[in-house]
Amino acid sequence: MNDVARQRNSSKIVVRNLNAWFGKTHALRGVSLEVPENTVLAIIGPSGCGKSTFVRCINRMHELVPGAKQTGHVLVDGQDLHGRGVDPVDLRRRVGMVFQRANPFPTMSIFDNAVAGLRLNGIGGNLAELAERSLRQAALWDEVKDRLHHSALSLSGGQQQRLCIARALAIGPEVLLMDEPASALDPIATAKIEELIRELREALTIVIVTHNMQQAARVSDATAFFYMGELVEHGATEQIFTNPREPRTEDYVTGKFG
Amino acid sequence: MALKKHTDKSYDVELDDLRSKLLTLGGKVEAEIALSMRALAERDSKLAEQVLSADQEVNLLELEVDEGCRRLLALRQPAASDLRFITTALKIVVDLERIGDLAVNIAERAIDLNQSPALRPVHDLTRLAQLCQAQLRKALDAFVDGDPAKAEEVIKDDDLLDALYHNLFSELLALMMEDPRNIRRANSLLFVAKHLERLGDHATNVAEMVVYMVRGTDVRHPHSRELRGRPSRG
Repeated sequence: MNDVARQRNSSKIVVRNLNAWFGKTHALRGVSLEVPENTVLAIIGPSGCGKSTFVRCINRMHELVPGAKQTGHVLVDGQDLHGRGVDPVDLRRRVGMVFQRANPFPTMSIFDNAVAGLRLNGIGGNLAELAERSLRQAALWDEVKDRLHHSALSLSGGQQQRLCIARALAIGPEVLLMDEPASALDPIATAKIEELIRELREALTIVIVTHNMQQAARVSDATAFFYMGELVEHGATEQIFTNPREPRTEDYVTGKFG
Repeated sequence: MALKKHTDKSYDVELDDLRSKLLTLGGKVEAEIALSMRALAERDSKLAEQVLSADQEVNLLELEVDEGCRRLLALRQPAASDLRFITTALKIVVDLERIGDLAVNIAERAIDLNQSPALRPVHDLTRLAQLCQAQLRKALDAFVDGDPAKAEEVIKDDDLLDALYHNLFSELLALMMEDPRNIRRANSLLFVAKHLERLGDHATNVAEMVVYMVRGTDVRHPHSRELRGRPSRG
């Protein structure tokens, strides 16, 4: 699929007038945007701009924070995720998440980590096959196939992060949220994660939060710039980095902040 | 162009340095053209020799501008208006340097013509030279001021310059038909006119890049883009 065709895909995620609070702090202010299916959306912005809160609203992790509140709509395939009768656990099966720090279960083996989500969700089937499939999808299989029963902590940081991606992929999500997935990794491990994101885009819709603007430029189809809880600008990545419309975006991507 | 400063101030210093090198280069090229036309009008081959040596400074500045652009691209990963400025610099430096070469070509023609008796004055050639210099000056001003409206005037006025060149062509052709002894000199003047017309095209290129630099829209080759049925992209 070429990039132009991709942008014409129907919207996988639709966010309408999303507001979020931490106690009295208004962390997200009326954010509306759409993410076409099989595309990568990068969220950029300075610390505290609401970008992590935004992705945490998509899979309803924001509501777990004490004192947190949220209004507005988040739709995946047209279904309101915050509607009544939507079980957050079912939702998170469809919307996977990968965090900044690789967080494999420390007492489990590589294999057990890969299938942990399947076991927790009571999904049956051939676990060995499912583990191999998700480890291959996460481009980790060849590096770990001979030591599947070693501790997950025996892996390097980059491998641990790809293990966490495999764990998220095992349960077959349609959307993958990534919150700074490569910020703790060296450039080679980062390049592997970025290549992986491009491959996964063929099967999934991805939203990635990143502090690294070059990373956003490299991996995403569209980029959204957040500032102080507001969505300032959302457009094709090439446009945001070569010819942003908003002066605040211009200042941020050229390094004229603060 | 932008009033706001970068958080890392040394980045501004590097960008300013690149900008001032380009302006120096632009100024030198303007002077070369003026000098070469004087060498022709005043029949002064010494002035023409000065053009040849001035062009070496322009060549060195081109190398410095290129190097500055490469360093900024590699070390700063510029984006948005900075990226457009640097890619513009990389392109217009080629046009400016080429204008310098055209001045050298005119100077060489002047040296050659100065060895024969003067042909009768060709007024349109003076007008063409003035118009070309005005176009170049305006394109450089548009770059300095980040003024796309001024750049668009340059693009529009290139038609005047082309019309003048075609008049001149007929005038020189008539001179040649009048007396075959005129052919060699008239032919040299025709080359000068052609160099000036080319100079105007390079000034237009600079102006087009200024529009891109400021607005982010590419105004080059509108007809070719129509054929491909593709809108201009930022």
